[in-house]
Amino acid sequence: MSQSLLELQSVSKSFGGLRVINDVSFAVEKGSRTALIGPNGAGKTTLFNLISGVYDLDAGSISIDGMDISHMPAHKRCRFGLSRSFQNIRLMPHLSTVENVMLGQHSRSSLPGQLFPIGIGRNRSVREAEDALQSAGLNTYPGQIVADLPYGVQKRIEVVRALMAKPKLLLLDEPAAGLNATETDALLDLLTQISATGVTLLVVEHDMHFVSRLCQDVVVLNFGEKIFHGTPQSAQQEPAVLEAYLGTDHVA
Amino acid sequence: MSGYLSAQLSILCLNIIIAYAIFLPAATGQLNLGAGGFAIIGGYVGGYLNSSFDGLGWAMSVSIPVAALITAIIAFALSFPILRTRGVYMVLATFAFAEVVAGIVLNLEVVGGAAGFPVDGHADLKILAPITIAVIVFCWFLLSTRFGLAMRSVHDDENVATLFGINVRWIRVAAFTLGGLLGGLYGALYGHQYNYIEVQNWNVLFNIYVLLYVLLGGTQTPFGPLVGALFFTVVPELLRALGESLNSELIADGRFALFGILIVLMMVFRPEGIVTRTLLERLSGRKTQEAVT
Repeated sequence: MSQSLLELQSVSKSFGGLRVINDVSFAVEKGSRTALIGPNGAGKTTLFNLISGVYDLDAGSISIDGMDISHMPAHKRCRFGLSRSFQNIRLMPHLSTVENVMLGQHSRSSLPGQLFPIGIGRNRSVREAEDALQSAGLNTYPGQIVADLPYGVQKRIEVVRALMAKPKLLLLDEPAAGLNATETDALLDLLTQISATGVTLLVVEHDMHFVSRLCQDVVVLNFGEKIFHGTPQSAQQEPAVLEAYLGTDHVA
Repeated sequence: MSGYLSAQLSILCLNIIIAYAIFLPAATGQLNLGAGGFAIIGGYVGGYLNSSFDGLGWAMSVSIPVAALITAIIAFALSFPILRTRGVYMVLATFAFAEVVAGIVLNLEVVGGAAGFPVDGHADLKILAPITIAVIVFCWFLLSTRFGLAMRSVHDDENVATLFGINVRWIRVAAFTLGGLLGGLYGALYGHQYNYIEVQNWNVLFNIYVLLYVLLGGTQTPFGPLVGALFFTVVPELLRALGESLNSELIADGRFALFGILIVLMMVFRPEGIVTRTLLERLSGRKTQEAVT
């Protein structure tokens, strides 16, 4: 029997008079790979920000693994198995690659552990971060300041950092945006590998080809409302989805 | 050791301590222009506790730590309203704090008001130097812990830091409070070094200079304030010596103008401070990836 890991119930959010997310409900099954798609401005990133706690909900509820996190402060949420990457790269520009990855371990550290030196020598935290970089094929850059690294590499470092929190649910905001074909394949490998370890993926992505290669499930948003939830194949035949993307004239 | 040298070394020690007091909040991205406020509280509390005639007559070994602790407690209480402000408004808020403290002490007859306050116990270089080294080691250690990593993450991007489980407010409060502790320590040591304190020692210029130690030294690594304080203490003296040996009135009299030009040049060429991560990486001789590929 499959269980849902993430559950959104009638989630709504307005900015000023503009209703950006309107009564959205869906569930993401444990261990699944779900894509969140929709035209520009549909509210995908806003929904991510609501789930991760950047914004507070106006109405509705969000729960992860049965735990209601609707109004939990953002810094507590990742302790309950939530981690994410960002649409625009948000690595810490003044930290090295390893330090950025080690930031992902923060939610697993205790207060006394935070006063233990991790910047001197090679201790367990450093080794763990280096191993994670190595298994993602990024072992050549540990000591470098991330601002100097290529775009595709930074994108993958973000994923590795997010994984360091040992999440149950990984939110990825346009992980393939701006990557070339080879980099996209490397990312796809990495994500499949992550999914195989039991981590549930929720991915915002524009590239439908990428989505159909990675995900079994698609949620489509348009103007802040959920208009479809099903397989990628059936999404491409759904009139409401075609209308949202292409306009009414194209719907036969 | 000549009197001049030990006097200069004492000033250097004191400047390094106050530089670290401002560095700790700066490492989390907070600009604190209120160094003088902490120094006045630490100086006067330390002096009052120690002075046997006007004060309580406690031993120096007690008055100095207690003064630092009291300053830290005040900094902690104050951090909540002050940390609600951001950027230039935080600069103004901390500056206002320093002015308020100065104004209060100037009108406090118990500690002599504008006439200043004499302090009994003398802390010479033998006391200052080990404490300074301890402060440097403490800050360097703190920055190498996970707590330090969290501080630097908050500096770079507080929103992302929050999403990875860092309690940004707590990190800021802690950094500001620890800064207050070191600021109070500085004030108390200063009082015991010169055995006389007045509010004018810690005026607006002082606040600006200390912030410059930190910003010009660099906020990215714990070496920054050390280099900044060294630069600001040693270079004006070197310029003085240079002027005397060349018998040049231009250099001797205009050394602060020259020093000002030097500061402007540094801001142009090293806007992130003298010591940056990239500089350390280069110095440690690690090959950059560009060189390999």
